[in-house]
Amino acid sequence: MRFIDPSIITEAIKDSVIKINYELDDSLISLIQKAKKKERSNIASSILDDIIENSEIAKEGNVPLCQDTGVVVVFAEVGFDVHIDGNIYDAINEGVRQGYSEGYLRKSMVNHPFERVNTKDNTPAMIHLSYVKGDKLTLKIASKGGGSENMSTVKMLTPAAGIDGVKKLVLDTVFQAGGKPCPPIIVGIGLGGNFEKSAIIAKESLLRPLGDKSDDPIIARLEDELYDEINKLGVGPMGVGGDTTCLAVKINYLPMHIASLPVAINIQCHSARHIEVIL
Amino acid sequence: MIRLSSPISNHDINNLKSGDKVLITGTIYTARDQAHIRLLNEKNLPFPIEGSIIYYVGPTPKKEGFAIGASGPTSSYRMDEMAVPLMEKGLKIMIGKGDRSEEFRHEMMKNNAVYLIATGGAGALLSSRIKSSKLIAYEDLGAEAIYQLEVEDFPCFVAYDVHGHNLFKDRL
Ligand code: SF4
Repeated sequence: MRFIDPSIITEAIKDSVIKINYELDDSLISLIQKAKKKERSNIASSILDDIIENSEIAKEGNVPLCQDTGVVVVFAEVGFDVHIDGNIYDAINEGVRQGYSEGYLRKSMVNHPFERVNTKDNTPAMIHLSYVKGDKLTLKIASKGGGSENMSTVKMLTPAAGIDGVKKLVLDTVFQAGGKPCPPIIVGIGLGGNFEKSAIIAKESLLRPLGDKSDDPIIARLEDELYDEINKLGVGPMGVGGDTTCLAVKINYLPMHIASLPVAINIQCHSARHIEVIL
Repeated sequence: MIRLSSPISNHDINNLKSGDKVLITGTIYTARDQAHIRLLNEKNLPFPIEGSIIYYVGPTPKKEGFAIGASGPTSSYRMDEMAVPLMEKGLKIMIGKGDRSEEFRHEMMKNNAVYLIATGGAGALLSSRIKSSKLIAYEDLGAEAIYQLEVEDFPCFVAYDVHGHNLFKDRL
């Protein structure tokens, strides 16, 4: 049994939320640079330049990349042989509290659907716990903006809808969203499970490394095809038209009921801020 | 590339075409969802609306030594209906991101105003073009309060112009 003190979790969350809000991952920047080489529209190209320049200014000047520093999402994978000496939820929320204050990040959480009073410290984080083999604690941490989250959807398709039905739903969702989710986007898709699980695995798919592909050949092919078809929609960066609408498509899946084909589509803006920490 | 300085005249508006890159210098005011709700209930607006520019933004907290925190645009469609009475009072330019309703676009043309977009998610870059910020109303709204900003070469694109062009649709 390995013991982990909650203060270590708090520290890791605090440092991570500050870091991801100031610095885009190199793999993301190189995808944007690659897209720019193929982009034929001048306005689109100049927006891609802005995004790259923005990441440089943010990193050098220690300014957040985007004013919407998001809601914190944490997937915590706890090893069976780990014992946390305290409350993991409190430890994570304390890290959010400290990180958003010390990092000068915007507090965007409100308490109630209608009262809408700001909680003033960006808590609570959206926390998903799972148990895995081993004696490590893995924290996958994201700051997720509201603009792209608002363009996400869950739909229960019939099994007969099949691959074509899934594709149509994804393409319609991305097209309808237009410039609102700050394209170029990353599209995270959850297939199967049930109503709520599909949404959770869609979000989790967005935390996969940008360059990877699904292990399943059918799903991997769907990721590739959707990537091409989404970029043919012509939405373009910020919706102004162009060849660059998405940077990647990620699909996670689970077994499901004989009667259902749940599809969740979680849209991530180009400011894809996430990190993985192993404690 | 077109340079604009505030306040904005009808002549300025007529010159803008969808797809134009615009650099703004002068005064702009911030307002998003909650500030709009309050503005609609005011008899006397907290800033001169005639010829004015409103930027849909809720910045991050300002650090010591900076004029403002990260300041990129928020989605404009949420302000579509609330923008109409402001345009009727003389609001000339709105800056945000994403497309808006057709009803909004028609009201906008009727009132001889334009809609510009700034690069969403480029909060650090855009904040570097803001030279000063001053709180002028609704302090209790925090990031959603109204600030008066002095900007220099603040970069935008014309999305909807008064001649009926729509950057988001014309691309297709
Ligand atoms: S969608 Fe993303 S990049 Fe755009 S404003 Fe929101 S958080 Fe920022």
